[in-house]
Amino acid sequence: MVANESHAHAAPQGFIRKYVFSLDHKVIGIQYYFLALTAVFVGMFLSLLMRIHLVWPGVSLPLLGEIKPETYLSLLTMHGTIMVFFVLTTAPQGGFGNYFLPIQIGAPDMAFPVLNMLSFWTTFVAYLCMLAAFFVTGGAPLHGWTGYAPLSALQSAGPGEGLGADLWIISIAIFCIASLMGALNFITTTLDMRAKGMTMMRMPLTCWSWFITAILGLLAFGVLLSAGILLLMDRNMGTSFFLPLGTINGQLTGHKGGSPLLWQHLFWFFGHPEVYIAILPGMGVASQLLSTFARKPIFGYKAMVYAMLSIGLLGFMVWGHHMFMSGMSPYTAFAFSVMTMAIGVPSAIKTFNWLGTLWGARIRFQSPMLFAIGFVSLFVSGGLSGPFLAQPVLDIQLHDTYFVPAHFHLIMGVAAIFGIFGATYYWFPKMFGRMMNEGLARWHFWFSFIGTYAIFMPMHYLGMAGHPRRYSSLGEVAYLKPLMPLQKFITYAAIVTMAGQLIFLWNFFSSLRNGKKAVDNPWEATTLEWTTATPPPHDNFGGHTPVVHNGPYEYSVPGAPRDFVMQNDPATVPAH
Amino acid sequence: MASFTPTIPAHRPAPSRGNRGTPPPITGGGDDGRPDPGLPDYSARLRRARLGLAIALTPILMLFVSFTSAYIVRQGLPTLDPNTNTVVHDWLPVPLPNVLFLINTIILIASSVTIEFARRQLTRRVALEPLHSIPGVSLGTEKEFPWLGVTIVLGLGFLTGQWLAWKDLASRGFFVSTGPSSSFIYLMTGGHAVHLLGGVLALLVAGSTVVLRRPVESRRIVVDVTAWYWHFMALLWIYILALLELAH
Amino acid sequence: MGLILLCVIWLITLASTYFFIAKTWWMPHGASAATAAIDHQFAVTYVIVGIVFLAAQMALGFLVWKYRDGASQDPAGYSHGNTKLEIIWTTLTIILFVGLNLVGSPIWAAERFRPAEDGATRVEVTGMQFAWYFRYPGPDGKFGITRPELEDPSAGGEGALGLDPKDPASKDDVVTGIMEVPVGREVEVILRAHDVIHSFFVPQMRFKQDAVPGLAIHMHFTPTETGSYEIACAELCGLGHYKMHGILKVVSQSEFDQWIAAHEAEKQ
Repeated sequence: MVANESHAHAAPQGFIRKYVFSLDHKVIGIQYYFLALTAVFVGMFLSLLMRIHLVWPGVSLPLLGEIKPETYLSLLTMHGTIMVFFVLTTAPQGGFGNYFLPIQIGAPDMAFPVLNMLSFWTTFVAYLCMLAAFFVTGGAPLHGWTGYAPLSALQSAGPGEGLGADLWIISIAIFCIASLMGALNFITTTLDMRAKGMTMMRMPLTCWSWFITAILGLLAFGVLLSAGILLLMDRNMGTSFFLPLGTINGQLTGHKGGSPLLWQHLFWFFGHPEVYIAILPGMGVASQLLSTFARKPIFGYKAMVYAMLSIGLLGFMVWGHHMFMSGMSPYTAFAFSVMTMAIGVPSAIKTFNWLGTLWGARIRFQSPMLFAIGFVSLFVSGGLSGPFLAQPVLDIQLHDTYFVPAHFHLIMGVAAIFGIFGATYYWFPKMFGRMMNEGLARWHFWFSFIGTYAIFMPMHYLGMAGHPRRYSSLGEVAYLKPLMPLQKFITYAAIVTMAGQLIFLWNFFSSLRNGKKAVDNPWEATTLEWTTATPPPHDNFGGHTPVVHNGPYEYSVPGAPRDFVMQNDPATVPAH
Repeated sequence: MASFTPTIPAHRPAPSRGNRGTPPPITGGGDDGRPDPGLPDYSARLRRARLGLAIALTPILMLFVSFTSAYIVRQGLPTLDPNTNTVVHDWLPVPLPNVLFLINTIILIASSVTIEFARRQLTRRVALEPLHSIPGVSLGTEKEFPWLGVTIVLGLGFLTGQWLAWKDLASRGFFVSTGPSSSFIYLMTGGHAVHLLGGVLALLVAGSTVVLRRPVESRRIVVDVTAWYWHFMALLWIYILALLELAH
Repeated sequence: MGLILLCVIWLITLASTYFFIAKTWWMPHGASAATAAIDHQFAVTYVIVGIVFLAAQMALGFLVWKYRDGASQDPAGYSHGNTKLEIIWTTLTIILFVGLNLVGSPIWAAERFRPAEDGATRVEVTGMQFAWYFRYPGPDGKFGITRPELEDPSAGGEGALGLDPKDPASKDDVVTGIMEVPVGREVEVILRAHDVIHSFFVPQMRFKQDAVPGLAIHMHFTPTETGSYEIACAELCGLGHYKMHGILKVVSQSEFDQWIAAHEAEKQ
């Protein structure tokens, strides 16, 4: 299977081979993107229900009725799981990476097109399996996307912890395999299929981000798979990997000797690289967009590459910072905390370099750039709550309070999403041959930028006040009652922001049909995807494999005829 | 004067099933030492497949590294014994079905040898393939030793042997949930068996390329990659066995 | 557009910073010995992070306004970076981040590296779905054996903990639903859980620790002011996670002595 296909296979005929089981990385990229698009609206809807339940607990919604407390925890679990896996690990890498990695490096397709097709459909099966958890007896699990044992390991620990939890684990296991298949393709393609002249250090930073993300996935998803297998065994086969001697509802569980901390170690060994998987492609896109629309080379290309590599490497050494309060040894906690502060350094370097790219620029404020600028602002805000959480002595107060969701939502739930939006506005013309509406895009940007700050900045204050996470109601703990006005504000902000996302949806689909026809290089950008037709032909370059002469961000080169020099332009660029 | 142009039958790959379409257009060749990434050049495909395999082995390794770390952690884990209210270690070593494991190990190593022979056999076969185009040269129709088939049989034999080992454990009362030690035995050997089964299926696919009359180059790539995978599985088995036997 | 972006970014930055400085919603007043050091470390971190936050966001806003296309006729500056600058700001960042961590670590060490002092008030804190129970060792100073198979949550108290009546040490154990401790003396908590992971969190004590089934985790803190403080569960434990709260009452030594004596008397 792997070796039999030819990479430069001719364009397929027939609807099924063209659009359903396509081997073309561009079609597969679009398929991934649409999967993520449905998932993000599902995930957003779940969070809308959560926000409504928190501040108006008794309210009865049309069709859904009243949201019960146990439903809140299932909503929370599925919101997190769907967003992390089926949006953030899917759209940037499976969507844009699949579509643009081969083109940006000058290749006609991915290394293993059949594997690519299988990786998408496996992801799709995983997605269906995840959604199925809602509809089985007991409903979706309530143990949070982190699935800590014993709560996730005991079928009687709560509603949804029966078949729903098993489906959740199985879905994640299938997703692991799909991701590993994808990672294999990305790495092989990047190493083996670059066009002549496309050295590693001439690759766009998007390609570097997809490459490093794939390596992280390759190393991390196997561990998640192992944890999932052990959890399934504990739940269904009577083993005790994670389950100590204990009771549930006064009944002996029948297990003994296992360690709940073992689950946390295995999960977070995966989980921490996972959050870098979620953000690295966004960083790559931000660099690409900032450079393009500032008409300046990216400041410190090499440093950007090394920073991403460091983030990837260090990302495997910090998982314990999720476990400072877990009962882990405080000495181990100290070690993890030093590593965690260290990983803040390459992120800071990248931020300085983005700012450096803007210095002395000539900034064009088209919609992709707005989202790139928004990305930088949100990344700074989200990143700076990191130094608080990285210090165990402060984490005593902040762990498992709203301070933590404030941190990770600003980075993953907003900055990374802004990376996806920016990439969408940027590459939509190339993918679909039409421009998106700029006016609507600006509305979308402002709703999203101001709206998400309004949602997540206040969560820091809730956390400082001691508001724990994952509470389905503020009605019991007395010191939470004065925080209700702030929670209400967040809910209002969330409703408005989510409404703003409908603008994006409208823009996307109406532009597909009626958008202004796009030229090949509407943004006057330099990377290889802009040298080819819009949309690209089946083999990406219409038979003319590009030969690369220049780096990826040669903008405003003194003496050049235009303010951008494309990568395959043979005119010599001054040495630098 | 009539000219006689002897036709030299050019070697054609066997007609393939499925929609393979027209050959790709000739594109600018790279002469930086690397073949043009788009062309289905056989040696490039082999290299790419081997690269892909090396990458694919990484997560498999991580899976077993993860199982190993869980194993080691679990072994050393103290647990509160309510009867004495003290902290004890509850790891009870399971007597392993050593004879069966030994036989299975021998079978697996033997299969590693046979698949290596199969791999080299195919390499020679592919190298000699161009000779077909020289008129009058025949590679003969000697039956070559079916190393591939033998490997498949040995592989299935190993899996059967593992199943017998599990039956042996069960007959002595050690099931997957009996205790932590037995859980890990089933987990590690079961995980390995699943991956080895994958290897067997890959070999069956390779075998089927003979029947389906695919080009021998494709078969070589499948067998080559599977052979390296197989050797990895053999080494992994030896590692698992060592872990279970020694880190008792 | 550049100006609008500058204004919005600066406004958001200044507004958020205001609420941090004004402490409109903030940590409650701390009533433990660790409060001073922890709150000081918070303050130091906020000042440093706050300066970086303001500088970075305001620089971003400024740059997108100043270097907007159309602001000047000059082309963009062609530069691939500045290695010297990279080294400088990388070094500064390392010093800042690692330094911040190292400054805070002695506090962590003081709280967590050493065991409780002799003479500390010992309380075993057990979490279960969805209540906290507190056990005092009684005059013999020993905690009796508990057995999971004896647990009966509906019985409350000793029954809920599964206290083994056959163990002589358990006869004088006092089990309560409210945690009462004397002020000014270190409290040693031994954290346990029956079913799933819970977490014992008292914001005013600047204290939190997960309670893990299968483990008995020893921690300590020292309450310095009398009062009634809420204990919130800080690890998702199921349906009733939001209502699994308890009360920590810090009273004078004499009041505590009376209270515990009264409970111990009931056990005779």
